[in-house]
Amino acid sequence: MLFKKLSKQLSKLLPIISMQQIKNEWVATILPEHLLLSMKFFKNHISLQYSLLSCISGIDFLGKEYRFCISYDLLSLTYSQRLRVKTFLNEITPVFSVTSLYPAANWWEREVWDMYGIFFENHPDLRRILSDYGFEGYPMRKDFPLYGYIELRYDENHKRIVAEPVEFAQEFRYFDFETPW
Amino acid sequence: MVIKKDQLVKQIKSFTINFGPQHPAAHGVLRLVLELNGEIVSRADPHIGLLHRGTEKLIEYKTYLQALPYFDRLDYVSMMSQEQTYSLAVEKLIGIDIPKRAQYIRVLFGEITRILNHLMAVGTHAMDVGAMTPMMWGFEEREKLMEFYERVSGARMHAAYVRPGGVAQDLPVGLLDDIYQFIEQFPLRLDEIEELLTTNRIWKERLVDIGVVTSKEAIDWGFSGVMLRGSGLPWDLRKMQPYDGYNSMDFDIPVGTNGDCYDRYLIRVEEMRQSLKIIRQCLNFIPKGPVKTFNKKFINPSRIEMKQSMEALIHHFKYFTEGIIVEPGETYTATEAPKGEFGVYLISNGSDRPYRCKIKAPGFSHLQALNNMAKGHMLADVVTIIGTQDIVFGEVDR
Repeated sequence: MLFKKLSKQLSKLLPIISMQQIKNEWVATILPEHLLLSMKFFKNHISLQYSLLSCISGIDFLGKEYRFCISYDLLSLTYSQRLRVKTFLNEITPVFSVTSLYPAANWWEREVWDMYGIFFENHPDLRRILSDYGFEGYPMRKDFPLYGYIELRYDENHKRIVAEPVEFAQEFRYFDFETPW
Repeated sequence: MVIKKDQLVKQIKSFTINFGPQHPAAHGVLRLVLELNGEIVSRADPHIGLLHRGTEKLIEYKTYLQALPYFDRLDYVSMMSQEQTYSLAVEKLIGIDIPKRAQYIRVLFGEITRILNHLMAVGTHAMDVGAMTPMMWGFEEREKLMEFYERVSGARMHAAYVRPGGVAQDLPVGLLDDIYQFIEQFPLRLDEIEELLTTNRIWKERLVDIGVVTSKEAIDWGFSGVMLRGSGLPWDLRKMQPYDGYNSMDFDIPVGTNGDCYDRYLIRVEEMRQSLKIIRQCLNFIPKGPVKTFNKKFINPSRIEMKQSMEALIHHFKYFTEGIIVEPGETYTATEAPKGEFGVYLISNGSDRPYRCKIKAPGFSHLQALNNMAKGHMLADVVTIIGTQDIVFGEVDR
């Protein structure tokens, strides 16, 4: 099949760090500075045609040097193939937005910005998207607690919603079954 | 004082209104900031996240089995197809196959779910546009379908029935006969709904040539499902990348020609008919046998085993507290949910909890194109476009 042959040659054509198959799914790892160029190639090459961007997901590998990973799931309607493009970054490196190539990236990148605080350069409208107006912090990071820092409630006296620091009646329980003792 | 002529010309500013978050046609909690030029929409800025519950974060703190019920609550009108996606993702990670009967049950209920969703989509869409009756009739049928849900899982909506390794339990006696009775009478109900809408002058005036999406735009905006097929692209994951038992099913995928709201309505109705076709095949060819995988490590032991064997009791306890241990790996598994491509990007790190579970909701991609679809249309057409996109906020906000 054409795709299988090509994927072996891809690493010669593009500055790809690695091209591997995980559970029968192709994963390409690319440096952030080569991302836009490679995505252009994936989208427009006649025997790839990854023209549809399914989703962009951020992943937080807390403790690694390149802490964040952004993974782009591409779909080729012509060949019915999927490809995952990954790039790894640390907390301060921004990454180029792919909205110029895939307009669908707009909200997905906003979500990654909202949830992980990864900055996308040249993004047309990088506002927070899912979190509340005025929310602070990046909730999907692994060092952000599950219950957050503030809680909201309606105050009967003030007749408005008030935000207070989270209070626990009982400590948060997290069962670690691997070391039961 | 001399008044200059250009100062006399009135500056007309566009009018900004808030559509929602509490608006019956906003399909939940959509806050839409509309910039209106007269009655023409010049910009639509959807504000989402009002129903954000942090599902992805919560799943990271749950075992693989505990994470499953969250998928019912994403798109809360097509529950089982999302459970199916998640189950398929977990099965892919641990590398198990499920028996034929379980596959057929999944397909059967996947298609029941599709009818559930499309009845809701068409019904509420009609109601937004001004026709009340189809919704009433549709919901009556939905009630019957939810009864099937209830009989198989005990819950009308949030079933948690499709599980990694198969389905929770076998079908109760007599259920298939009743489903057969349902599919015998349902085409008539569909005809009745179509009689009210398909050739209705008002319905056509409101839908034809509204929210036109070209096939290139549909691809650029990452559309999937009906939104993609409405624009003339014959793309259906059930056909293109078949999962479970879909490769042995015989069905057609309806494709639109104009890419407008009316085409998408017709596709939804036709998809319901095709679903009936698939359900009929399931009823005819469903094999006998187990409904859970043979790899006992990943399923709970039966009640009878548990009463007799100590090991089964231990396994039962471990299974429901610790859960299953999944080897390190990752997968992006996508299925054709009624609304489009529903994907689960699951990363495991060798523990009993998912390291990351990204949920790709079809509605998210659709809603971000709302600005492009609604621009230049009348205010009332925005309602039509939201209806045709079949937005459910459970999955958009996650």
